[in-house]
Amino acid sequence: MNAPNSSGWRPEMTSGEAGLAPTSSGDRALALEEALIFELAAPGTTGVDFDHEDEGPMPELAGILRPSPPALPGLSEPEAVRHYTRLSRQNYAIDLGPFPLGSCTMKHNPRLNEKVARMPGFADIHPLQPVETVPGALAVINQLAHWLIALTGMHGVAMTPKAGAHGELCGILCIKAALEARGDPRGVILVPESAHGTNPATAGFAGFAVENIPATADGRVDLAALTARLGPDIAGVMITNPNTCGLFERDMKAICDAVHGAGGYVYCDGANFNAIVGKVRPGDLGIDAMHINLHKTFSTPHGGGGPGSGPVVLSEALSPFGPIPFTARYEDGSIRLIEEEDAGAEHPQTIGRMAAFHGQMGMFTRALTYILSHGADGLRQVAEDAVLNANYVLRSLDDVLEAPFGGAGPCMHEALFSDAGMANGFSTLDIAKGLIDEGFHPMTVYFPLVVHGAMLVEPTETESKAGLDRFIASLRHVVERARAGDATLKSAPHFAPRRRLDETLAARRPRLVWRGDAEAV
Amino acid sequence: MTVYYTKEHEWIAVDGAIGTVGISHFAQGQLGDITFVELPAVGKALKAGEAAAVVDSVKAASDVYAPVTGTVSDVNPALEGEPELVNTDAESGGWLLRLTLSDPGELDGLMDRAAYDAYVAEL
Repeated sequence: MNAPNSSGWRPEMTSGEAGLAPTSSGDRALALEEALIFELAAPGTTGVDFDHEDEGPMPELAGILRPSPPALPGLSEPEAVRHYTRLSRQNYAIDLGPFPLGSCTMKHNPRLNEKVARMPGFADIHPLQPVETVPGALAVINQLAHWLIALTGMHGVAMTPKAGAHGELCGILCIKAALEARGDPRGVILVPESAHGTNPATAGFAGFAVENIPATADGRVDLAALTARLGPDIAGVMITNPNTCGLFERDMKAICDAVHGAGGYVYCDGANFNAIVGKVRPGDLGIDAMHINLHKTFSTPHGGGGPGSGPVVLSEALSPFGPIPFTARYEDGSIRLIEEEDAGAEHPQTIGRMAAFHGQMGMFTRALTYILSHGADGLRQVAEDAVLNANYVLRSLDDVLEAPFGGAGPCMHEALFSDAGMANGFSTLDIAKGLIDEGFHPMTVYFPLVVHGAMLVEPTETESKAGLDRFIASLRHVVERARAGDATLKSAPHFAPRRRLDETLAARRPRLVWRGDAEAV
Repeated sequence: MTVYYTKEHEWIAVDGAIGTVGISHFAQGQLGDITFVELPAVGKALKAGEAAAVVDSVKAASDVYAPVTGTVSDVNPALEGEPELVNTDAESGGWLLRLTLSDPGELDGLMDRAAYDAYVAEL
């Protein structure tokens, strides 16, 4: 890649070691600088031959023809392939190293899941083809639903929600429908201070007012404050368990009893179900609705590799209101898809559809593969290993990083630290940037908000002890530099393809669209 | 003009029936670089403690609460183009909104500068 990047974004890779001249290309061996695709393009170049170039525009498009050609970059196919492949080499991926992102659960995606999802009987079907031609797909949905119900101890499950927040909306709409069905509409949902931001957003979107519940000093929901607020206006509470401080809400049963006693319902954010799967059944605690992120607990791809999938398990009280379509298994073993035509007879109180079709089928096959390949005992070990790994991280670093709730006992699947003890002027952000130089994706920073300069580390269950030791050693090294006030840490990363970016400027003056050289910096 | 502070780190400078509201210098330091400020519509009625504005920083999006009950009479037009004013001049040029106070008696429940400084020192 010899063309200098006309946007001026090619600084650091030419800087070389002291005393060594930079390479003529600016690249370092296979560490390649990469221009924007528009800067690589040549006018008139195309990867496709058009047969009918001279026939002019089709007359039926006359009124809507664009006045000028679109500003698409012209590249041959191999040039385009190399551009994106080179960019991908600058990226970090779960197949390159750990993603210690707390509250995100970035798990390894087993290759067996991918093999099964690519079987033609699953990969080549279409949601609009006649239902009698896809009994296998219906069986997958039904069998996965059965597992989710069994693992959670709940009564029913809505498979169609597309991801966690969509599942939250489904559950909260079921609560709303249940209250309206008994002629008792209520206006307020209670949410703890440490909740995922999606919880108050969901309640607000569903038309509820949101009120905060304070936390206790040990990072859990304040049961006394919650109970004191309960009354005839409280539709329900939304609680994440294990919570975003990485702690199990020990009072969950008492919370559910109190809320039910006051006529409300309990929504549990199941984003962290991976820490308790096989160990605790939410239904036994009295929970009425909980979404399960298949892309977290059940190892389907997460982030850019998605899509997500957020089935919602429902209590007996809420199940009649669950969305359509769903699969129903009959005594003769047959499985039917219940849609609008049958809802009146089978499911008259449904809230309707949450999605056009049947859910994230590609994720269902992967999640069911994961569940069947682990079995019930294997899933229990997944939770145990995830919790063990997080506690190993917590106790390996709590001599150099303050663990605000570390004194309260073991954590669940994620270890939470604060920025206490850094040298003056050093912050969590510097530690995150230093970790990039060490070759690791940083942990979650500045969340949850209840901890100052929070660092939330979720190692997941598949990291080996040796892998954890490497991560811990790197994080310890960076933290010690921050405690000692090492000025070079303030400008980290030094070895990444880009140095520290101006995130503030990027947020205040985002430039999202290529407009040609006129806008080059 | 008298300035009052809340435990949630808002300030309100009161001149007659009008109170000018912003976040404290301490609060802007905790939030980090402010990237966007979402302001309420003029004419909106707010109860004391109700979310009045949202301040986005590189770290988080945070609600700003109405220190007292009132009606929004004005918002700071400069913040749309220069949200960083909240960082550089939190307790003057980085004001967020003005309220027509419904009940000036509510101000008695707020802190003065000395009490707020003592409160922050305890955090």
